[in-house]
Amino acid sequence: MQASNRTLFDKVWDAHVVEKLPDGTCVLYIDRHLVHEVTSPQAFEGLRMAGRAVRRPDATIAVVDHNIPTSDRSLPILEEDSRIQVETLERNVAEFAVPYIPVRDARQGIVHVIGPEQGISLPGFTIVCGDSHTSTHGAMGALAFGIGTSEVEHVLATQTLLQKPAKNMLVRVDGILPAGCTAKDIVLTIIGTIGTAGGNGHVIEFGGEAIRALDMAGRMTVCNMSIEAGARAGMIAPDETTFAYVEGRPMAPKGEAFARACDYWRTLPSDADAIYDKTVVIDAALIEPQVTWGTSPEAVAGITATVPDPDAEPDEAKREQLRRMLAYMDLTAGQKMTDIAIDVVFIGSCTNSRIEDMRAAAAVAKGRHVAPGVRALVVPGSGLIKLQAEVEGLHTIFLDAGFEWREAGCSMCLGMNPDKLTPGQRCASTSNRNFEGRQGPGGRTHLCSPAMAAAAAVTGRLTDVRALSISQERV
Amino acid sequence: MQAFTTLTGVAAPLPLANVDTDKIIPARFLKTIKRTGLGVHLFDTLRYDESGAERPDFVLNQPAFRHAEILIAHENFGCGSSREHAPWALLDFGIRCVIAPDFADIFHANCFKNGILPVRLSREICDTLIEDAKLGGNARVTVDLARQVVVRPGGEEIPFEIDAFRKNTMLNGLDDIGQTMMHAPSIDGFESREKTEKSWMPAVSVG
Ligand code: SF4
Repeated sequence: MQASNRTLFDKVWDAHVVEKLPDGTCVLYIDRHLVHEVTSPQAFEGLRMAGRAVRRPDATIAVVDHNIPTSDRSLPILEEDSRIQVETLERNVAEFAVPYIPVRDARQGIVHVIGPEQGISLPGFTIVCGDSHTSTHGAMGALAFGIGTSEVEHVLATQTLLQKPAKNMLVRVDGILPAGCTAKDIVLTIIGTIGTAGGNGHVIEFGGEAIRALDMAGRMTVCNMSIEAGARAGMIAPDETTFAYVEGRPMAPKGEAFARACDYWRTLPSDADAIYDKTVVIDAALIEPQVTWGTSPEAVAGITATVPDPDAEPDEAKREQLRRMLAYMDLTAGQKMTDIAIDVVFIGSCTNSRIEDMRAAAAVAKGRHVAPGVRALVVPGSGLIKLQAEVEGLHTIFLDAGFEWREAGCSMCLGMNPDKLTPGQRCASTSNRNFEGRQGPGGRTHLCSPAMAAAAAVTGRLTDVRALSISQERV
Repeated sequence: MQAFTTLTGVAAPLPLANVDTDKIIPARFLKTIKRTGLGVHLFDTLRYDESGAERPDFVLNQPAFRHAEILIAHENFGCGSSREHAPWALLDFGIRCVIAPDFADIFHANCFKNGILPVRLSREICDTLIEDAKLGGNARVTVDLARQVVVRPGGEEIPFEIDAFRKNTMLNGLDDIGQTMMHAPSIDGFESREKTEKSWMPAVSVG
């Protein structure tokens, strides 16, 4: 008999335990395994050397996203290392009969965008990928987490992982989010509050009125960045919003099977008396548009704030760290956020590249123009999102406003493909990491929402999007 | 995987918190399809200047620590991405043990899979070991996994905790996949139960 006070995480976990070993380690069954070109070559190589097969190709999907240029897809990939990684993946999926979405397929895109979009990632599933932002899929009400390449090989060979259960943490965001604020501002506020190690050892369940009110794109943004709070995974209980999103997706159950799946999914939300090891409560009403000023996602503040003063920090090690961050970011204590001029704007990444993000950015861009000297890129998360945006005319808004409209991929989220910052360049970015050199060596990153990034593009500096008039009929 | 029993070597101090995976190995070096060869790019931006020359003040560039096998750092070591390239780069450089107050989860797991022992010790003890390490090549530290102790250069033993399953895997250099394969009958059983209980579950197919 199952206890009645279980969390969403407990339920999904329990449903996937194949065997519990004497020391508490579990053989955990994996429902979906997403594979991309960067973290898989050594795993396939390992299989080959051991003479092992892929146990469940029908539970596996591969796609390329990190390396590929986001320019003309009919051209070959110029950079040799990148081309080799893509070709290696293509050889591996052919050899091991793994379903694969090739670069020139309209469904190609960032692995964490296409999982939910294609109905591959479903509620109650265990989902893994050799990529930390696998936490994104937790928005579906799934247990989704990143794994290393050895574990990729382990899942390919056995469809299981050896794991110990994480602890439960509840982050409840009560109340209603103010206008001009988005899911990105919620999650940056959470990380600013609990810190980048705040979730270590835990799976965070996001709940509360402000989370329930989010659409699926917003929920994915929140879960995406749970890894930036140190959490093993982030999850949001599946509800009618989730089911409406899932219904009709290409690889989701259909008709009567869908109804039966929903019956099961409705049993997953945490019990009323569920027990959490840790609970944090955030008041949505106090959230304002967020921007990072340092080289860690926890180095974040409201747009109306100023750059903090390291001298005010009592702990010596932290003081040194702050000084280092400000030196790298070339910022001075007390400087107003809104006085920070930017060179580049990047709207994209698995955090914020869904159609809803494109619409939010276009609403700000419409009728305006990118500030002189600023380069602004808009990179949809998948080929299908790009097509949808073009049906809605968003690309025309962006192009008229002087933004670049590119092909789907990870792009400038990380310096692995041709879209990179040059040393010293400052970027307002909708991605998830502002580490030193993340967007290119010497590049400086300010994380923010798509609307805030678009506002920065048209003004040439970090800007409070609430100060720009955005009429509803803009899009 | 190479077994880890006892290691005696030079410990390099890296008194930084939140050393992220981009710091350990920047993304631009992830384009390899091999596990080896990343050691020269370990801590690339800390280790080299813009022209590619070594920064003399970085610990691993100092003569005493060029062959360090142990690294001592501050909180939340290995945060950021899931890239196993981070432990591969450490290993390729020659680091077999990282000592820190705590580690990011995925990095922690990845270390064990590659024969690197992550040891959690309090911030206070880490700072003591960092002080010891400043003695350079004269300060050899021993990490004894079987007895679960770190031995300071002067001989003082500091106990540490480790998960029993992982300890056994490391001591014997066991392959996780081989161990899991021994549970194949349970996995088969789980799959056939799922087929009935979750018959709504579709297969992945790109048509
Ligand atoms: S968009 Fe960025 S964070 Fe997301 S999968 Fe790609 S590289 Fe990783």
